[in-house]
Amino acid sequence: MSFFFEVLIGGLLAGVMYSLVALGFVLIYKASGVFNFAQGSMVLFAALTYVGMQEKFGFPFWLAFLVALAVMVLVGVLTERIVLRPLVNQPQISLFMATIGLAFFLEGLSQLIWGTDVHPLSLGITDEPIESLLTQFNIVVSKFDVAAAIVAGLLVAVLAVFFNRTRIGRALRAVADDHQAALAVGIPLKQIWAIVWSVAGFVALVAGLLWGARNGVQFALTFVALKALPVLILGGFESVAGAIVGGLIIGASEKLAEVYIGPHVGGGIEGWFAYVMALLFLLVRPEGLFGEKHIDRV
Amino acid sequence: MSAARNSAEVILSVDNVSLAFGGVKALSEVTFDVREREVRAIIGPNGAGKSSMLNVINGVYHPQQGSITFRGEVRQRMNPHRAAVQGIARTFQNIALFKGMSVLDNIMTGRMLMMKATLIEQALYIGRNRREELAQREKVEEIIDFLQIEHIRKTPVGRLPYGLQKRVELARALAAEPVLLLLDEPMAGMNVEEKEDMCRFILDVNDEFGTTIVLIEHDMGVVMDLSDRIVVLDYGRKIADGLPDEVRADQTVIDAYLGVAH
Amino acid sequence: MFYREAGQFKTSYGADQALFPIRQDRIGLAVILALAFVAVPLLASQYLFNAILIPLLIFSLAAIGLNILTGYAGQLSLGSAAFMAVGAVAAYNFDLRVPGLPILISFVLGGLTAAAVGVAFGLPSLRIKGFYLAVATLAAQFFIPWLLVKVSWFSNHSSSGVISARPIAILGYAFDTPAKRYLLVLTIVALLALAAKNMVRSRIGRAWMAVRDMDVAAEVVGIRMLHTKLTAFAVSSFYCGVAGALYAFAYLGSVQPEDFNLDLSFRILFMIIVGGVGSILGSFLGAAFITLLPIVLDRALTAVALQYNLGFDSGVASMLQLVVFGALIIFFLVVEPQGLARLWQIGKEKLRLWPFPY
Repeated sequence: MSFFFEVLIGGLLAGVMYSLVALGFVLIYKASGVFNFAQGSMVLFAALTYVGMQEKFGFPFWLAFLVALAVMVLVGVLTERIVLRPLVNQPQISLFMATIGLAFFLEGLSQLIWGTDVHPLSLGITDEPIESLLTQFNIVVSKFDVAAAIVAGLLVAVLAVFFNRTRIGRALRAVADDHQAALAVGIPLKQIWAIVWSVAGFVALVAGLLWGARNGVQFALTFVALKALPVLILGGFESVAGAIVGGLIIGASEKLAEVYIGPHVGGGIEGWFAYVMALLFLLVRPEGLFGEKHIDRV
Repeated sequence: MSAARNSAEVILSVDNVSLAFGGVKALSEVTFDVREREVRAIIGPNGAGKSSMLNVINGVYHPQQGSITFRGEVRQRMNPHRAAVQGIARTFQNIALFKGMSVLDNIMTGRMLMMKATLIEQALYIGRNRREELAQREKVEEIIDFLQIEHIRKTPVGRLPYGLQKRVELARALAAEPVLLLLDEPMAGMNVEEKEDMCRFILDVNDEFGTTIVLIEHDMGVVMDLSDRIVVLDYGRKIADGLPDEVRADQTVIDAYLGVAH
Repeated sequence: MFYREAGQFKTSYGADQALFPIRQDRIGLAVILALAFVAVPLLASQYLFNAILIPLLIFSLAAIGLNILTGYAGQLSLGSAAFMAVGAVAAYNFDLRVPGLPILISFVLGGLTAAAVGVAFGLPSLRIKGFYLAVATLAAQFFIPWLLVKVSWFSNHSSSGVISARPIAILGYAFDTPAKRYLLVLTIVALLALAAKNMVRSRIGRAWMAVRDMDVAAEVVGIRMLHTKLTAFAVSSFYCGVAGALYAFAYLGSVQPEDFNLDLSFRILFMIIVGGVGSILGSFLGAAFITLLPIVLDRALTAVALQYNLGFDSGVASMLQLVVFGALIIFFLVVEPQGLARLWQIGKEKLRLWPFPY
């Protein structure tokens, strides 16, 4: 029984990591209606920049963080200028495909600059079991995972406040609904988008650091990003809460499936389980747990 | 417009139809009928539920209550495909043309139900498919001729001005050789000349092909000239039903349009 | 001046609806076909066949498949490689287990199997659209290769699912040289491209485009959603399946399910974006572009490295490829969303007036 809990908790915490990446997606989608396929590459880019600063220049944590953040803001601003602005009011599919292009671009660029090796990353919190849980309940729960969960929770809280309570947040929601209408009421579209993509970059950096500390900073990070897609489907593309809940569900069920169903079918379920789950979910509740239903008026 | 039509049979009957979207009541217990070969107008202030009414007849929306009887068959829930099969065609308020296709292709889609060639025949473009494509092309050209849009037949629809797009949409609806034609604001956004053209086309369709027409329109001059009978909706309810002169003089109708509280 | 249509009047609808109504187009096509079928086999080198021409044709076929689904019918799919895998493995199994079955029939059956799988994964399209559908196709893209490896029967119990296709022989005539394989692939691709062109200008093509442009209006006109969308999935997957079979039998000889990965699906998507979404010609242009680009990049990099005496490893080359691909996609979407096919059309229109400016 304790094994079950271990797997469950491990899955939930892995899910938190997915949620972090999904958060970036939700931000951009909420604010610009764009489904940013490049979020995963942004995670990689951010993490590599941070690690690069530490390794090449020996920067301490805070300096490397700031530099990486500045770089991500720059990426956000440039993306808005070069990719988004020319494609205003194009169909969503075009914007989506443009972000696919952006994903490839960032992936290639980050590895051209920093190389293709795996870079270890240390954040000072070790991946060791929490003593008390281990001795009292015989459950292995990593300190690191818990710390990551706390960080994610804080991030979500901050973002929720940002979106719902501030003027900028309201402007972002208006923009997500209708670009032209937002322009018509005087919302500075370009600035808003630059802000959003920069915030998404910040989220990507945080996610990148946490993932990187866990698994090392490497190309495989981008596959993690792909996993965020089922998370979004479960949670709804426009919901911050949905990203969290979706991530938890995906993380937990993936692990449980791998451990309990996996051995019967030869293993490797984790590669596709999340997607198949998302597919089934789409058939039953397309807008996700927390998403909004769209009614087409003719 | 002609006395003969007043004694014709009922082709469409709307019985006690109610439609709501969440909390918004689009239609409340609306009942009226449409006789064969007549031109029936549905008018009313904005938001009265006119388009929703057409959508219910056509099967795009499903009413919570009430039924539609078309050509003798009672239906509570129609779906658009069945409506098309049964001979109902329509145009939309916000032009529902296929923007990526040419005028000719758009109108050809109106002939969709009459083409029977299988996939293999289409892939090889032989036999039945070839014959059908040619036969349908001829029919479509007749309509293009009728609506005088020969000069734009190969133009992608997205590039046409609004008035011409409306005409193409009418052509596509006519291509289906419908028994009942539903027109949602066919004159919207047109200048006087274009409106005259459109009026002429609609009357010609009604005369030559005997098509029954249900028409939503805001231009009162057009409505009074074209229609045999009029239904007036306001806030989803029917407030008047009858000949143009009757409706024009009806006080409730006048109040509704002037915005008098009721 | 050379490309004028003046004087070419059509006296029947049949002539107007012909596949290539303009005489210059027909001449151009004849020239291309003559080059492709006659000149190339005589002049091209082995390397040209093996590394460029054959994969280019095979990917064109897959691109046509994806174009039918995504370009004409508007159903975004990120799983085209998975359907190629199905086609390859199915063709292999039919060829292996049914004694005496002609190889071409195996290809067709491989395609049909892929079509059936395509329909199964296409069922969600009846309820979901846009990039939600894309995620559903991702499910196919991750699940199918896993299944093909796990169930070792598919690969005749080889490890990691490798299938080794036997050399092609039709009626005793062995296609054992690259030139012969090239001609076989060329014939198959040309015929299927013609079929695609025919479908696209017939009723089903219009139905697909109507569903893409406005599905509510399509229903109102009498188009059946279910039938139209599933037909798109079926035909598209058939094309990808045949492409996959050719990939295994006529190109590499030995493949494994992992070769048909997400990366390949993206490549095929890039081909139709660059070449022109919703255009058969565009599928060829895009496939050519994406197939040639890595080779050109490689050559350029090597030349630069030699010139400036730099060393570089293959990692750099593949990363550079990603950068260039990504930039190109964005470039095409921003500058010419209708891709190379549209540029081709513009070029033809300019030819009408040349040498006059307007």
